[in-house]
Amino acid sequence: MIRVDNLNIHFGQGARAFAAARDISFFVESGESFGLVGESGSGKTTVLRALAGLLDGVARVSGDMVVAGERLERRRSKSFRRQVQMVFQDPYGSLHPRHTVDQILSEPARIHRMDDIQGRVLTALEEVGLDRSFRFRFPHQISGGQRQRVAVARALITQPRIILLDEPTSALDVSVQAEVLNLLVRLRRERGLTYILVSHNLAVVSHMCNRLAVMQQGRILETLEVARLRDGTPDQAYTRALLLASQGYDRAAADSVDLLDRP
Amino acid sequence: MASSDRLLQVHNLSVSFDTPRGEVNAVRGISFDLGREKLGIVGESGSGKSQTGRAILGLTGPGSRVTADRLEFDGINLLNADQATLRRVRGARISMIMQDPKFSLNPVMSVGRQIEEAYLVHTRANRREARERTLSMLASVQIRNPERVYDAYPHEVSGGMGQRVMIAMMMIPEPDIIIADEPTSALDVTVQLQVLAILDDMVSRRGMGLMFISHDLNLVASFCDRVLVMYAGRVVEVCEASQLHHAQHPYTRGLIGCLPSVSHPHEVLAVLDRDPEWATAPSAADP
Ligand SMILES: Nc1ncnc2c1ncn2[C@@H]1O[C@H](COP(=O)(O)OP(=O)(O)OP(=O)(O)O)[C@@H](O)[C@H]1O
Ligand SMILES: Nc1ncnc2c1ncn2[C@@H]1O[C@H](COP(=O)(O)OP(=O)(O)OP(=O)(O)O)[C@@H](O)[C@H]1O
Ligand SMILES: [Mg+2]
Ligand SMILES: [Mg+2]
Repeated sequence: MIRVDNLNIHFGQGARAFAAARDISFFVESGESFGLVGESGSGKTTVLRALAGLLDGVARVSGDMVVAGERLERRRSKSFRRQVQMVFQDPYGSLHPRHTVDQILSEPARIHRMDDIQGRVLTALEEVGLDRSFRFRFPHQISGGQRQRVAVARALITQPRIILLDEPTSALDVSVQAEVLNLLVRLRRERGLTYILVSHNLAVVSHMCNRLAVMQQGRILETLEVARLRDGTPDQAYTRALLLASQGYDRAAADSVDLLDRP
Repeated sequence: MASSDRLLQVHNLSVSFDTPRGEVNAVRGISFDLGREKLGIVGESGSGKSQTGRAILGLTGPGSRVTADRLEFDGINLLNADQATLRRVRGARISMIMQDPKFSLNPVMSVGRQIEEAYLVHTRANRREARERTLSMLASVQIRNPERVYDAYPHEVSGGMGQRVMIAMMMIPEPDIIIADEPTSALDVTVQLQVLAILDDMVSRRGMGLMFISHDLNLVASFCDRVLVMYAGRVVEVCEASQLHHAQHPYTRGLIGCLPSVSHPHEVLAVLDRDPEWATAPSAADP
């Protein structure tokens, strides 16, 4: 469904040029969810933005990306934009500050000329567990987790086949997180959706995905089955450090991770 | 708690908002003390955690109403202090790491400059010292290339880098209290561990008080000293952080039951079954 080959992404020019992604290759089968984890700043969001076609004019992108049999060119087709949706990491930045929740949710449906917009908005709100009364609030009038649910609802409106999820539950409390994850699992089963899921939460990734890639400094260190995470047997020391650190806070572990993390 | 160790006293705090569709009661009469400790605040989305933190600094915004029997920091009544006093408290003595770091940063100023300004406002350092201090602060929050990030604008840094910039900015004046609202939610777990170690050291070595708002129950249980559990604007339970997994309240137990786990996978995650009584029971007292 998705194949990425030798993807390289550079921001900036000349002396300020910066390689945010280097020789990234992976594939995702249809109906699969693939996890992307790794260091903060390692290029996870940048890879998703490249797939979604959001780096045009922002960065130099080279390499091959094939989605649903279509080789991606610089401009994405309208059908691509309907079929591939992205949930952004930073819902505040991606929701228009002067649009109500209702306007935010109806806009994509209107762009893609869908019918029964009101009905779709209400269904999407219900799916993410938000009361109807939120329709008339602005993003700054709802809590952080409520904003993140609006962002998930917006991605569902156009009934996409592929959803790129960038930390979709990081601002959610654990009960809403469980609801959103159950919803995503159910939608994948019922509609055969394909996901790429970026998350720092290894428990969330192992709940949702079968395979994952671990990134550090713009590169994929290893791609592995989730079963290897469960057994605690990843190849790379960095991946094992992530597993250790996800067991909770421990002052001594903080120092030992420090040593491991910087080769 | 000895009175010298009591940094902040909150009695019967309420926050409400006027909206065209009626009043929203975000915080409904909660009480707690903050000492030289790590106090965790957990609870579901919309339960009033952020507004509690904001109310302490008078940052609840337009249309809000804040009332309390007592909101006191170091002998200062924060509710009726004049603007000049509040300005001296905010940032220098109590600072808040906001939940949406990129939204709180100035989009047209490089992040290095912003940290530097935060330092210069509160000290008599010159520019060169401020720049050096900023670079070392960026390095201490595990930014790999401080020189490059110093010159970057907010839209040019990743989610977790923005969060660390915000943390650096709030730590640099060495305040007495830090209110940290989901400060590490965008960090990978190894960097999270290292950043928490810095906050931990500020509490244990300098006697700072930390209010740590988080959804991550395992993290709060292992990192904090005490935990307040909020529901619908009230505190429903207060406990030792190490005892969080043996919490009594059905709501707290329900939250713990919703967690996915690496080693014990479930096909479908449990979700909360809410009891209307949770919202009406009086706030739990902070012992
Ligand atoms: N518009 C931009 N201009 C310049 N550099 C950028 C830009 N966007 C991202 N970068 C840089 O690219 C690198 C990768 O950023 P990216 O947002 O992909 O990281 P990430 O893996 O998603 O991190 P996090 O987990 O913190 O969100 C970072 O070093 C960042 O500073
Ligand atoms: N300006 C506002 N006008 C009206 N209601 C508001 C406003 N700001 C916040 N609220 C409401 O107050 C309640 C508490 O919000 P708060 O931001 O404190 O929640 P929270 O516990 O921090 O949630 P989260 O974990 O999702 O960040 C929410 O129901 C929210 O919708
Ligand atoms: Mg990111
Ligand atoms: Mg909040």
